[in-house]
Amino acid sequence: MNSATATGGFKRFLPLGIFVVLVGFLAIGLTLNPREVPSPLINKPVPQFKLAVLNAPDKTISAQDMLGKVWLLNVWASWCVACRVEHPVLVELSKTNQVPIYGLNYKDKSPAATAWLANFGNPYAESLVDADGLVGIDLGVYGVPETFVVDKQGVIRFKQIGPVTPEALREVILPLVKKLSAT
Amino acid sequence: MKVFLLALALCSSLLVQAKVAPNTSADPALEARMMVIAEELRCLVCQNETIAASHADLAVDLKNQIRIKLTEGQSQKQILDFMVERYGDFVLYRPPLKTTTVLLWLGPFTLLAIGVLTLVLNVRRRRRGAQPAALSDADAVKARALLAGPSSNQ
Repeated sequence: MNSATATGGFKRFLPLGIFVVLVGFLAIGLTLNPREVPSPLINKPVPQFKLAVLNAPDKTISAQDMLGKVWLLNVWASWCVACRVEHPVLVELSKTNQVPIYGLNYKDKSPAATAWLANFGNPYAESLVDADGLVGIDLGVYGVPETFVVDKQGVIRFKQIGPVTPEALREVILPLVKKLSAT
Repeated sequence: MKVFLLALALCSSLLVQAKVAPNTSADPALEARMMVIAEELRCLVCQNETIAASHADLAVDLKNQIRIKLTEGQSQKQILDFMVERYGDFVLYRPPLKTTTVLLWLGPFTLLAIGVLTLVLNVRRRRRGAQPAALSDADAVKARALLAGPSSNQ
C-alpha cells in the first residue's frame, strides 16, 4: 500500500518533470540563433586568394600580403540590406585606427559598390573585388555581412555572422584583436 | 525583437537575390550527377532546403561549383568534403556519426525504446490487475453525495 502511493506520487509528477525538462530545452533553443552555423574555418589559415582592389583594378592583394598584422575581413555588398545596419559601426571603428578593416566586395558590381561607399562612408583600408563569389565560397560565406578576425600568422580566429553590433565589437572582437596584436 | 528584425533583414537581403536557377548545363547526364550530390547538401541560406531544391543565389553558385568539379573528374566524396571544409558538417543532410552528433543519431531511437518499454509495462500491468478497485467508504459517500446533488437542486 505504501509503495503504491509512492509510485502514484512519482507518476503524478512524471508529466510535470518531463514538461519542465522540455521547457528547459526549448528555453535554451530560443536563445540560440539557427542562422549562426559554427564555421569549420576557425583556427585555420585564411583561404588563398588574389583579388583586385576596388577602384584600382591593376592592384591586387593576396593572402600573403596580409601576413604580419591583425586585420578584419568584412564581407559586404551594395545589395545587402543588413550591411547598412552594421556600416556605421565599421565607419566608427575605422576612425579609431585600432585594426585595419579589409572589405570583400561579394558578388557585387563595382560601380554600385563605389557609389555605396561614397554614400555611406568608406571604413575599408581596401576593398577586394570578389565578383563571382568564389573567394566567398572558400570562406564559407552564406549570409552577408560576415566578418572574420585574422591574426598575424594569417589564421582565422573569429567569425561574426550577420552585422557587427557595437556589443560584439566591444565584448568580443576588439578584446580579441588586442590579445592577438600583443603576441 | 532585435534578433527577429535582424533575421528579417538578412532574409530580405537574400530574397532580393533569389532568382530562378538557370539550367546552365547542356549535358543531362552531368546534370543528373550534379543533382544527386546537390540533394545531399543543405542550403545554408534557406536551411530547410537542399541545394538541389533551392533557388537562392548561393545554391545556384554551389551547383555551378559541383558541375565544374564533376567535369574536372572529382568524385562525390571529394566534392562533399570540399563543402564540409567550408561550411561544416551542417551542410550535409546526413551528418556523420561523431561524438558531437551521437545524440542526434541515437536520441530518437532512445526515445522510441523508452516509449515502447512504457507501453509494454503498462499493458502487462493492466492485464494483470484488470478487476476494478473496490470503492473505499469515503469514496462511496462522496459518490452518493454527487449523485444526489443535482436532483436535490431541482
